[in-house]
Amino acid sequence: MSVTNEPLILNMATDPNRPAKACGKHLVEPGSKIRVMDLNFYYGNIQALHGVSLGIEANRITALIGPSGCGKSTFLRTLNRMHETVRHTRVEGKILLDNENTLAMDVSILRRRVGMVFQKSNPFPKSIFDNVAYGLRVNGTRRRAELEDAVEKSLRRAALWEEVKDNLHKSAYALSGGQQQRLCIARALAVDPEVLLLDEPCSALDPIATAKIEELLFELKKQWTIVIVTHNMQQAARVADYTGFFLLGRLIEFNKTDVIFKTPARKETEDYITGRFG
Amino acid sequence: MTRRTVWRKTVNTVMLSLTGLCTLATACVLFFILGYLVWHGARAINWDFLTKLPKPVGEAGGGMANAIVGSAKLLLLASLTGVPIGFLGGVYLAEFGGRTFSFLVRYITDLLNGVPSIVMGIFAYTMVVLPMKHFSTLAGGLALGVMMIPIAVRSTEESLRIVPHTLREGAQALGASKWKAVATVVVPAAVRGIVTGIMLDLARVAGETAPLLFTAFNNRFWSPGWNQPTASLPVMIFTYAIAPYEDWHRQAWAAGLVLLSLVFLANVTARFVLGRKLSSAAG
Amino acid sequence: MASKAVTVEEARPPVRMRVFLARLRAGDEVAHLVTLVFASSIILITGLLVFELYRNSALAREKFGWQFLVTRTWDPVFEDFGALPFLFGTAVTSALGLLLAIPVGVGAAIFLAEMAPIRISDALTFCIELLAAVPSVIYGLLGIFVLIPILRSTVMPFLKQTLGFLPFFQGRIYGVSLFAAGVILAIMIIPFIISISREVLLAVPREQREAALALGATKWESTWQVVVPYARTGIMGSVFLALARALGETMAVTMVIGNDPKISSSLFSPGYSIAAVIANEFTEATGDLYIHALIELGLVLFVLTIILNGLARLLILATARKGTGHP
Repeated sequence: MSVTNEPLILNMATDPNRPAKACGKHLVEPGSKIRVMDLNFYYGNIQALHGVSLGIEANRITALIGPSGCGKSTFLRTLNRMHETVRHTRVEGKILLDNENTLAMDVSILRRRVGMVFQKSNPFPKSIFDNVAYGLRVNGTRRRAELEDAVEKSLRRAALWEEVKDNLHKSAYALSGGQQQRLCIARALAVDPEVLLLDEPCSALDPIATAKIEELLFELKKQWTIVIVTHNMQQAARVADYTGFFLLGRLIEFNKTDVIFKTPARKETEDYITGRFG
Repeated sequence: MTRRTVWRKTVNTVMLSLTGLCTLATACVLFFILGYLVWHGARAINWDFLTKLPKPVGEAGGGMANAIVGSAKLLLLASLTGVPIGFLGGVYLAEFGGRTFSFLVRYITDLLNGVPSIVMGIFAYTMVVLPMKHFSTLAGGLALGVMMIPIAVRSTEESLRIVPHTLREGAQALGASKWKAVATVVVPAAVRGIVTGIMLDLARVAGETAPLLFTAFNNRFWSPGWNQPTASLPVMIFTYAIAPYEDWHRQAWAAGLVLLSLVFLANVTARFVLGRKLSSAAG
Repeated sequence: MASKAVTVEEARPPVRMRVFLARLRAGDEVAHLVTLVFASSIILITGLLVFELYRNSALAREKFGWQFLVTRTWDPVFEDFGALPFLFGTAVTSALGLLLAIPVGVGAAIFLAEMAPIRISDALTFCIELLAAVPSVIYGLLGIFVLIPILRSTVMPFLKQTLGFLPFFQGRIYGVSLFAAGVILAIMIIPFIISISREVLLAVPREQREAALALGATKWESTWQVVVPYARTGIMGSVFLALARALGETMAVTMVIGNDPKISSSLFSPGYSIAAVIANEFTEATGDLYIHALIELGLVLFVLTIILNGLARLLILATARKGTGHP
């Protein structure tokens, strides 16, 4: 996988030197875990994403940044087709997971392979055990022994096991905000996904809980591919290997985090990073 | 202070006090009803009342055991008809419904809610009593069941709507299909509101008399099975209250107390379970 | 940086997966269908209800036509049936009930919405809403043994003495009467008026009250001249709902109205309401025409309540919109 200081992906729609019709070709590294090609997204008649193309590298943390309403969360949600839970949405383009077309897959299987953790932790009103076991049960696992193993494994991976191992049958709502979010991570990991999507996972948490989760992400990337949407640039700079900058539904720039933050190629990126807007 | 100001201040005090008086008066009616029933009813409730059958007309003594059992059977049948339709209808409106059809269903449900109870009795009469050619518990139960539907639908729909969208999303993000997400996460989250709504619904139909007058009719003896007319608490209260026998009046008070206690118990429990104020039954 | 054309193979799930897919999709479809069926059954039941009411009143409708609504006689022996006495009784008792209930109900609603501290207001409202849960037959029980004796011994003679020049308060005092039915209806519908009016008043934006107070109005003036008019449509809606409720009230009315199909100018005379006559005479009705006449009365009542409920909802909806600033 070659890496240069030029942007890895050229976004046709915003490059002023390219003719308008040259949207067919895009540069996407073939080895990427997830490849997005020329993605357009519509809420009814309103276009929310314009020709987005990028590649998510395996076992790396990719961060998506940008001001509110720029489309980064919308984009994230197309990766596991959560946009389909909302009416009147339409997607054009291709999203490939290991060369398989995600838009044509069975959505339940896709969501097993690509898990999601939401902005505000949303544990179910069930016990801690039942929360983590939920994905497994829904996908067919019934045997108690199997479930117990999987639950313990997931809670350990999410660095929550020691704190809850004696209280697995207590309600998930008894946990603190940070613990609940780690519970949601454990729950997502329990179904053994390949990719983990996190939509501003720390925005509702205090700095200590945030630090714990960031530490966790470093551990997790050894085994999983991680995509994180964050409005906190410092978090992206701390945590991510690659960063993509979204603005008004377009991917303006995508590169290694160092490059984006130290030598951004686009003026918009530079303006955002230096705080001139957003 | 001018005379006009004095006048305005007086009016202010008087009118606001009057409103307070209205409130007090209304609240007092409640306590009066309760108190009077307890006073007259409690004295009449004894073991006989709860376990014996009515004595022949004119004789003192006896009880309303058959009416208590009859009401229970009627409510059971009402739940079996009203709850599934109400619950699943509510699930449809909250989770699956398209815009126009849902509007139609809601409108018709509201319409059904406004049907006077006596008309509901006529409906059950034409549908069940006429073909069967006799009164029955079945007819009465069905009348009450249909009466239960609108409130069951509304409380199910409202309870499901309150469940945050993020829970549905969380379940679907883990691979659950829409109906599985609803069945395993959303409904359990809403179960308190749904059960309370149904409990209040039952309490309401438990006190209905009019729909039973010519469906379940009445019975001075036990009513085995579902095909025969049956006694019920509300109908017994009515029959005994308008009769000329003193002893029957006494038993009517007792039955009234039993009925009211059950209704109040359901309402007060619902209030504490839900932890917020109840909306009025008329709405 | 080299550009590579990327070829992508469409993922083809193995056969086992495809069956699973179909079942999964079918699960959602089945659930949608099942709940749809049950939701539709509600529409079906209601349609059936209207149909049965219409069909089973055919004999009476054919024989009497629209005259039914204005005929005074109710003669089972000669099979001449008219709805007028019952329409009259229903109308008079409901009107009296509203007349008594509206001032008290709106007054209490004002107190609970504007004056009382929120926790007392909530507690009292809960108590008052419990009144709405009391079964009609129990109101009737208290009506027979408590209300009527009081009316007969104290209230009615007093009215006769003081207001006896009005035709309403003349005539013999029996106890059971249109007046008693009106009073008991008033007690029964007050909780509805209070509950809904209170909510409607609470929804009036604070700025309205503050504007009036800032101009020097007293609390009462601000309430009566600004807040209540603002909520006027909603309060009217609550009145319509209460009226719809009063029309259908059966048991309490039957037990105190006297059950006499007469039209009289005196409120002290016994009367009859639509619901009461159906309740009393349905099981005694001999002959199909008799029953059909009673069912036609039920149809009339049904139509009246539907219209009133519909109007009520429109009014309450209109206030809700106003409160949120929508046109």
